Amino acid sequence: MAKTIISLTVNGKIREDAVADNTLLIDYLRETANLTGTKMGCDGGECGACTVLVDGEARLSCLTLAKSVEGQHIETVEGARISGRLSKLQQGFHEKLGSQCGYCTPGMIMAAEGLLRDNKNPNDDDIKQALGGNICRCTGYVKIIEAVRFACDGDGS
Amino acid sequence: MTAAVKPASMVGRPAPLIDGVEKVTGVAKYTADLDATGALVGRIYRSPYQHAEIISVNIDEALKLPGVIAVITGDECDIPFGILPIAQNEYPLSRDKVRYRGEPVAAVAAVDEKTAEHALSLITMTVNELDAYDHPDQALKKNAAQLFDDRPGNLEREVHHEFGDVSAGMKDADLIQKGHYDCGEVTHMHMEPHAALAEYDVERDRITLQSVTQVPFYVHLRVAQCLKLDTSKVRVIKPYIGGGFGARTETLNFEIIACLLARAAGGKVRMKLSREETFLTHRGRPHTVVDLEIGMKKDGRITACTCRVQQTGGAYGGYGIVTILYAGSLLNAIYDIPAVKYDGYRVYTNTPACGAMRGHGTVDVRYAFESLLDQMAGELKLDPFQVRRVNLLNAPTETINGLKVTSYGLPDCLDWAEKASGWKTQKNNSSQTDGKPKGKSKGLSKGLGMACSHYVSGAAKPVHWTGEPHAVINLKLDFDGGVTILTGAADIGQGSSTILAQVVGEVLGIDFSRLTVIANDSRITPKDNGSYSSRVTFMVGNAALQAAENLKSILVEAAAKRLDAYPEDIECLGEVYRVKGGQGSDLSFNDVVTEALVDTGTITVKGTFTVPREFQGGKYRGAGVGPSMAYSYSTVACEVSVDDITGKVSVEKVWAAHDCGYALNPLSVEGQVQGAVWMGLGQALSEQTRYIKGLPVTANILDYRVPTINDSPPIDVEIIESMDPNGPFGAKEASEGALAAIIPAIGNAIFNATGVRLQDPPFTPDRVLMAMEKQRPSGGAG
Repeated sequence: MAKTIISLTVNGKIREDAVADNTLLIDYLRETANLTGTKMGCDGGECGACTVLVDGEARLSCLTLAKSVEGQHIETVEGARISGRLSKLQQGFHEKLGSQCGYCTPGMIMAAEGLLRDNKNPNDDDIKQALGGNICRCTGYVKIIEAVRFACDGDGS
Repeated sequence: MTAAVKPASMVGRPAPLIDGVEKVTGVAKYTADLDATGALVGRIYRSPYQHAEIISVNIDEALKLPGVIAVITGDECDIPFGILPIAQNEYPLSRDKVRYRGEPVAAVAAVDEKTAEHALSLITMTVNELDAYDHPDQALKKNAAQLFDDRPGNLEREVHHEFGDVSAGMKDADLIQKGHYDCGEVTHMHMEPHAALAEYDVERDRITLQSVTQVPFYVHLRVAQCLKLDTSKVRVIKPYIGGGFGARTETLNFEIIACLLARAAGGKVRMKLSREETFLTHRGRPHTVVDLEIGMKKDGRITACTCRVQQTGGAYGGYGIVTILYAGSLLNAIYDIPAVKYDGYRVYTNTPACGAMRGHGTVDVRYAFESLLDQMAGELKLDPFQVRRVNLLNAPTETINGLKVTSYGLPDCLDWAEKASGWKTQKNNSSQTDGKPKGKSKGLSKGLGMACSHYVSGAAKPVHWTGEPHAVINLKLDFDGGVTILTGAADIGQGSSTILAQVVGEVLGIDFSRLTVIANDSRITPKDNGSYSSRVTFMVGNAALQAAENLKSILVEAAAKRLDAYPEDIECLGEVYRVKGGQGSDLSFNDVVTEALVDTGTITVKGTFTVPREFQGGKYRGAGVGPSMAYSYSTVACEVSVDDITGKVSVEKVWAAHDCGYALNPLSVEGQVQGAVWMGLGQALSEQTRYIKGLPVTANILDYRVPTINDSPPIDVEIIESMDPNGPFGAKEASEGALAAIIPAIGNAIFNATGVRLQDPPFTPDRVLMAMEKQRPSGGAG
């Protein structure tokens, strides 16, 4: 498979890497950029665990070719902290127990982050719509909704 | 001077997970995230045949492929494995026969994914195909092909138990009703696909396995056994685990295969199973057919019960014997039933093997029982809550099959669920019996339903009867004043490490900032049987409690020495140690540690826990499954709406009361109860694994329909604290018990809404619609 040098921004840092034309963004992130926070939970496009932001929009990295995001800004869960502190969303998932086993968490947080970029004060229906493609098997989603609410204005109450 | 006030409790308060920060930042390393530099890619060649005698497996072409380092077959290991010492009938790679489609036959280690994939395509097998069975009715037929020579009729195990006088009980009944329930097979669908990283040290003939297991100790034993290695040459490490729910409570074939491959290749092998392969590895809840008969007095008192259960076990033993025993044993210990007859049948079929899944063995039987109770309550014009109330146990008590119930919060669970759900006002205080929907709007019929359930807090009898304690905890305290908890208990996301830190912190008067938990490295941490049967909080929690008390007494002695006082005169206010009443000076925790280390250096203490013999069950065959030192209790009520046109059932709201004894961490308890209820909701509404001629047709997350956030209702949880006399601070289990109740609660609510009583979960729209059509006055489709 032919390789191409691609240039893109990952969590604020510009990278240049040679990738095969058929390399998936998730494999690029996990194997080349060593960012294993983004998870593979299914055989493609079924679970949302691999959700990252591409130019601020939530995208399944398992259905995205690395080459196709050339020049774009990729954000993963590893880039979510702010000056080393948990972001409000991360804090919500931690403190409200929106994360149990933690495997779906990176994808959940990035999908929620994508929502909050557009909508600072989503209602429960907005949250459900934004996270509708992210499967969690531990929480029953109750505390995930609380976690996202926590990150919005107010305290999630 | 330090302010000498008692610090906030470490237990009984909502505490985020001790490893939560790692999880929300992506720092947590799951097996597939581990450094695999230099690792070969391991892949499994799986049988395309459902049932066949293997004539040959040809790996020659695969071996010739450049980049292939090792190819192994069943010849690599002639030792069978299995979780139960009495039922080990599975080889890591099949030898004589394959018994289900997708069974591992050969495995490849290659330099990269593509080469491994190519190598698999070069492997062929020659077989003599045999008749194959998806369904137990086929497998049980006379002259059916045998899966195992030593199990004639493909019957893995039958169980026949009778306690009390069933025929007298039935004679005494005013109403006897029967029900036939057919519950679909479900699977765990933990979010993390299976993975393993095995490294073989050629020079020292040692193997290190990192894997996704809930039971590192059992994996350790089976790896040593199958590789014919002394157990000292095996090291098993559990990294972060993306859920388990029972799937990983036994050694799984790929874990042993990864080790065999690593040895054959003389190095490191990483194996990442696809989601489809993870489905195939299975070990889920079996397809279960329940025939239940209950005798009842006019006031709702149960006089007797007979129950026949048939489970479709799949192709290998696994936990099967335990599952079929649980199904009968836990007919008891929730209500006071004077006579119970149980007949259980576990059948081999040519489908992936079933195993333990959350609520192990009890869930489908509880569904049947609570459905029939609801039906009989309707017949007798009794309120469903009332029917439960007249049958309550008088705890503490011992059941007719030898289970000891020492704490019993079910009455309080019932009260709360009844009130919170607005039962009396919304449901007109009676079950639907006339077939007319109670509430209706825009083609939606609404209904309320309720049910109860219970579960063990740790199986009282361990799988291996070695005479060791059932749980061991080590604590290390050193010059730095940090307390390290060393445990073999597997945190699989349920939060067990957090609970252990809370227990130790509470006893020592310290908080999370001084505590570190190191778990699951067989070279470092004490052995633990693992995370199953909801045993960890109860058993390992008790061991942690004892270990912390042992450490505390060392610290108190040291403080006494320094303060020139008697130990009994020392009081501890959090990290401040002083003579009672505050005469003299206060010592800080670090002062006390410094004193305690004089002459001894690093302190290590141990705590253990063993379930006393009298809690380990009766003497009859099969008595070892079901006994526990404590049982949790749940009542779940829910509101559903049923679409009259499409048959789609939506659960609008759930109220779940759970008696966990004492909530060491109320946040965790809530999360666990919500998760359990929700998982049961999936089984009730949409989840089912299906096979056509052995071919799994639901082995992906689109066809195996777990509820999404849009399908999931709010779940209100009420924690009921019955303060168990033997649990750590009174605690018992919180992760499994509530699951079983939601399924019948939904079924009962559907009946309340539509007058249709479904008996075959999942209650998918097609099934609901067909049942509604059948009872429509016009005759409908029927």
